[in-house]
Amino acid sequence: MADHVNLEHATGMAHQFENLDQQQDADMLGIWLFLVTEIMFFGGVFASYAIYRWFYLPAFEGGSHILDIRLGATNTIVLLGSSLTMALSVRSAQTGNRRATVMFLILTMILGGAFLGIKGVEYHQKFVEHIVPSLDWAPEGKVLAELAPGGLQHAELYFIFYFAMTGLHALHMIIGMGLLLWLVLRARKGAFTPHYFAPVEVVGLYWHFVDIVWIFLFPLLYLIGGRY
Amino acid sequence: MSQQIDSIKSYVLVFLSLIGLTLLTTGVAFVDLGAFNTVVALAIAASKMLLVILFFMQVRHSGGLVRVVILAGFFWFALLVAFTMSDYGTRSWTPTPVPWSSMAPPTHP
Repeated sequence: MADHVNLEHATGMAHQFENLDQQQDADMLGIWLFLVTEIMFFGGVFASYAIYRWFYLPAFEGGSHILDIRLGATNTIVLLGSSLTMALSVRSAQTGNRRATVMFLILTMILGGAFLGIKGVEYHQKFVEHIVPSLDWAPEGKVLAELAPGGLQHAELYFIFYFAMTGLHALHMIIGMGLLLWLVLRARKGAFTPHYFAPVEVVGLYWHFVDIVWIFLFPLLYLIGGRY
Repeated sequence: MSQQIDSIKSYVLVFLSLIGLTLLTTGVAFVDLGAFNTVVALAIAASKMLLVILFFMQVRHSGGLVRVVILAGFFWFALLVAFTMSDYGTRSWTPTPVPWSSMAPPTHP
């Protein structure tokens, strides 16, 4: 009996499953169901964004022109890079390369941290320009000239969406960073084998999902109305 | 274990395509296409999403159940957007009824 328990422990299989394949299928179904609830969670915000953008397009264009398109594009590339390293980390776990798994997980964390750092620079810029809704809303100079034609109140609404959407996204990133740290600690101890690496895969799917959210946030927030 | 192991080369190729599409969508923002700017931006974002889902998230190796779950998620999101838009988009089509509270009280003969 003791041997049996140890065997389960060694392979990472929970006792309610018949075999590892069944556990793997359940893990994948579970994380995808969670991601579907996340689609609905972000979907509500995206849908309300669509309505207000439709109602107040000039204000949204003005707000979008204030954002730094270079920082936005750079962050997109940084985040896509982190998705690549995450995918490679899963692959390394599949092939049983512990050292590469840990290295790619750490690289993913570094790129995720870089993304949050650039995001922080952008947030700081919003405070400098006094375009933080309710907390510090007093646009002046060039920023005011850009925002005024669409109506200041509606421009403030754009920035509420900007902070709500990027903030929710950043919150997901921070949670993801915590999960990655947990994976690094477990992977270093050799908790994952080519037969059992579901945690790496599940966190990876979550990380890619957060990346997809940003893939839509970038054009929807930074590229409204064009820069021509 | 039905796990498929993809080559590092395929991951890097997908990543390079994603970078290319990011540069493309940024570049297109500087070209005046009228209303099509939004269409192109969303089409590129959708292509990037497909690349991530199929390759990075390995859905091309996934079974039918997972695919149905994903499609159901997007279908429900489509319902959310479609019905919300059809509501807000058609509100001006019919006259707004006068609220009963602002009407004169009925007179009895």
